[in-house]
Amino acid sequence: MSPELGHFALALAVAIAAAQAVLPLAGAHHRDARLMAAAPALAIGQLLALATSFGCLVWSAVIDDFSVFDVAENSSTNEPLIYKITGTWGNHEGSILLWCLILACCGAAVAAFGRNLPSALRARVIGVLGLVSAGFLLYALTVSNPFLRVWPPPLDGRNINPLLQDPGLAMHPPVLYAGYVGFAIPFAFAVAALIEGRVDAAWGRWVRPWALGAWCLLTSGIALGSWWAYYELGWGGFWFWDPVENASLLPWLTGTALLHSAIVVEKRDALKTWTVLLAIGTFSLSLCGTFMVRSGLLNSVHAFASDPTRGVFILVLLALVIGGSLLLFGLRAPQLAPSGVFAPISREGALVLNNVLLCSVAAVVFTGTLYPPFAALVFGATLSVGPPYFHLTVVPLLVPLFLAMSVGPVLPWKRADLLPGVLRLWWAAALAALVGIAAEAGLRNAFAAAGFAAATWLIVGAFAELTERVRLFRIPLAATWGRATAQPLAVWGAAIAHAGMGVTVAGIAGMALSASTIVSMHPGQAISFGGYDWALTGIHSQPGSNYTARVADLLVTRNGKQVALFHPSRRNFAREQQTISDTAIQTNLVRDLYTVMGDERDGQVVLRLHVNILAPWIWLGALIMAIGGALSLADRRLRVGAPARRRALLPVRVSSWTR
Amino acid sequence: MDALTRRRMLMLAPLGLAAAAGGGFWGLLMRMQQGTYDPHTLPSMLVGKKLPSFSLPGQPPSSGFSSTDITAGGRPALVNFFASWCIPCIQEAPTLAQLREQQVPIWGIAYKDTIPATAGFLQQNGDPYVRVARDQGGQVAIDFGVYGVPETYLVDKDGVVRLRWAGGLSDDIVRDTLLPMLKSLA
Amino acid sequence: MTRLLPALLALLILASPAHAVSDPAEMLANPAQEHRAEAIGDQLRCLVCQNESVEQSDADLAKDFRRIIRQRVVAGDTNQQVIAWMVARYGDFIRLRPPVNGETLVLWAAPLIALLVAAGAVLIGWRRRGRTPEPLSAAERQHLANLLE
Repeated sequence: MSPELGHFALALAVAIAAAQAVLPLAGAHHRDARLMAAAPALAIGQLLALATSFGCLVWSAVIDDFSVFDVAENSSTNEPLIYKITGTWGNHEGSILLWCLILACCGAAVAAFGRNLPSALRARVIGVLGLVSAGFLLYALTVSNPFLRVWPPPLDGRNINPLLQDPGLAMHPPVLYAGYVGFAIPFAFAVAALIEGRVDAAWGRWVRPWALGAWCLLTSGIALGSWWAYYELGWGGFWFWDPVENASLLPWLTGTALLHSAIVVEKRDALKTWTVLLAIGTFSLSLCGTFMVRSGLLNSVHAFASDPTRGVFILVLLALVIGGSLLLFGLRAPQLAPSGVFAPISREGALVLNNVLLCSVAAVVFTGTLYPPFAALVFGATLSVGPPYFHLTVVPLLVPLFLAMSVGPVLPWKRADLLPGVLRLWWAAALAALVGIAAEAGLRNAFAAAGFAAATWLIVGAFAELTERVRLFRIPLAATWGRATAQPLAVWGAAIAHAGMGVTVAGIAGMALSASTIVSMHPGQAISFGGYDWALTGIHSQPGSNYTARVADLLVTRNGKQVALFHPSRRNFAREQQTISDTAIQTNLVRDLYTVMGDERDGQVVLRLHVNILAPWIWLGALIMAIGGALSLADRRLRVGAPARRRALLPVRVSSWTR
Repeated sequence: MDALTRRRMLMLAPLGLAAAAGGGFWGLLMRMQQGTYDPHTLPSMLVGKKLPSFSLPGQPPSSGFSSTDITAGGRPALVNFFASWCIPCIQEAPTLAQLREQQVPIWGIAYKDTIPATAGFLQQNGDPYVRVARDQGGQVAIDFGVYGVPETYLVDKDGVVRLRWAGGLSDDIVRDTLLPMLKSLA
Repeated sequence: MTRLLPALLALLILASPAHAVSDPAEMLANPAQEHRAEAIGDQLRCLVCQNESVEQSDADLAKDFRRIIRQRVVAGDTNQQVIAWMVARYGDFIRLRPPVNGETLVLWAAPLIALLVAAGAVLIGWRRRGRTPEPLSAAERQHLANLLE
């Protein structure tokens, strides 16, 4: 029953999306108020239809309805409930449906929270979102239908890939997709503005919250993916510059540029062309990422089941969306009103530099990721591009970017003198140099020392503007506190987000210092490593719901005091004939103890032990960045038309005047 | 060219880039469908070069062989790497048997396997090989550039490798690729 | 410059010391040689998993590669020679760091090209802003007159 309902709901969603695409755009063109007013209702209707459809798919998985092909391929009766639910989006068809659902949420969000937008703009934005939705929903309904049935239904399903049976899987795809798809809203704003022929400061103010929200989600999604790879895959690393990882990084880079560019449009009515192009480009990169991963074009172990015929459909879809929006850009952008004027050395200038550098990094990552297929096509050469290439090319671009990150916020708008601005940061530079020299002297690792210096510069420099605003140490502390609490949330948000970047850099630098060793131990043996004592107390077997595991019990002490009791294991999934290692990690937020269990032989077990310094900071930093973004989002100034808080009117005391 | 036209061309540049990229992607997709592009397979570095010289012990009761033995026959031959723990090897066994019936010499190398396991495999799936050697360490396979089993190399009568097929041989591949090439080399 | 690149590379390799769980007996006794072998392994791609380096991968083939790398390091080959040995058998695909040759020119020049293009776009936008807008065409003037009536 429910698969049919889901299928019908999906078809209904396609129809509503088509209506959502045509009616509001026609209404905006003809200035028909009723058609324009239909837009929010259609968007919410599409969301309801898709939510029903997705709910039916999840329900089919939960009740083990193996007549649905998708469920039969990716679920099984003895799977824990949580993985039945999350497995819905662990495969191609389900993840496309999730993508469409989030896109529908975006349309509904604009409908719900965009009441203060002019009706024509809102209608156009929802119309453009409807266009994109309709395309993807058509794809989901025809070529990639999750509700295909198999008859007779098998007695049990095929089970999800054991590597994906993990709590991290529950969180990573939805958050990541929310980030990817969230950038459809700035995209729709850009296309709507181009159709309207007008980009102004108000547009900048409306776009920024949506870009910020999508950015926070994308940051969190990427960090979750990286953290999951770290603790699940057991190779001790966290980023391989794999094509699918790069596919998520590309929209993040241009999305960050978009965020900063939108500030200039809002505050100074400048950089409009850049911002519109970035908005189109970020979502285009999101779409390209989808295409690359699902078409099988790229050599990535993360890729879904590849099917070239699906690839053609998506390519046509991409051509229409990206080609159409870029064509519109090419035709309409030259007619945008000339922008505000500013000197090269100014906050706008710094933001332009920021744009240039971020886009260059994105271009390099794009080139590196797509070079193997390009070389195969043009030269017939088979080569591969791995981490060493990206380290060599991206790091030199990051150096000026980090420098600018702290200098930019302290420069005033329109025109600035560089020297006073830089001099205000003298203490950040001094601290950074101090930390760098101390690290090099103490640790003898140039990369880590440079990384720590950069992190100090970023973290301390992030608060430079704030300390200037509150006149820290120049006025009484109570007055400083008063000023600090009066600062708009966006200022705090920016400082915290920039500092978060510094924390992540520190974490990456710390990983360069991590120590690891491979040992073969038998129960009862203990070794000393990395300042800790590791004792293998025993090895035992443990059955799980769909696996059997061999577990090693590892006791870690330091100076006699217990630090951790680990249980790394190797899980054997009999049905898939796959064995995966379950790493055991203990963190105190400054260092991670990381253990992986290997083969057993002659009563001995091979263990790999890591002491990862500052590893948790990599993801803590990303969390801090997302928090900074969320704080900025909470700033009341970004909610145009928000009612002003009524302050209790204080009676004026005449006596205070005569003091 | 006036300023407005120049600006228009500049603004259309992103579209141009995207169109070029799209064309490239489309070309790759078409090639993938035809089978001429596969991002996961490796072209062999041996094609066009002479066989690496090696000498391997035999899988009893067969005696081992060396690279010179293969060319001593004076006709093109196949070298097939297989293993008892490899499922596509089982699947390609009938195809190899057919090739043997067509008088194509196939030299088998058991890759990183034990004597009893290989014996069991040959008993269950047939022995289409002229001789079976054992590469227990996998060293010779690495000299060949083997990265998985099964792999089949087509060697001409002078010992030059002409073709490498990674994966199991199917009747289609034999009919469309292997046999025509064997015929042209005879 | 050619000497700077390997040094920079060595610096950046220090940033990723991840290894596969394998036999501790596999590691070389001489720590300097083991370090070199690990550095070489970090440069080569595992052909089975294809998104891990030879050092990181748990695959059988990766273990074989690690063994061969250590054999050749002990035999006295330089890093370049060991990598060349592997490339002779498996092609450039096995290198995680693509070679620098005519085919990869665009790849390695990408940062420079990207910076130049972006900076060029900025400069073009710069020069335009100083100009006053073009005078209205006859049609536009007529349109303006109609609107003002």
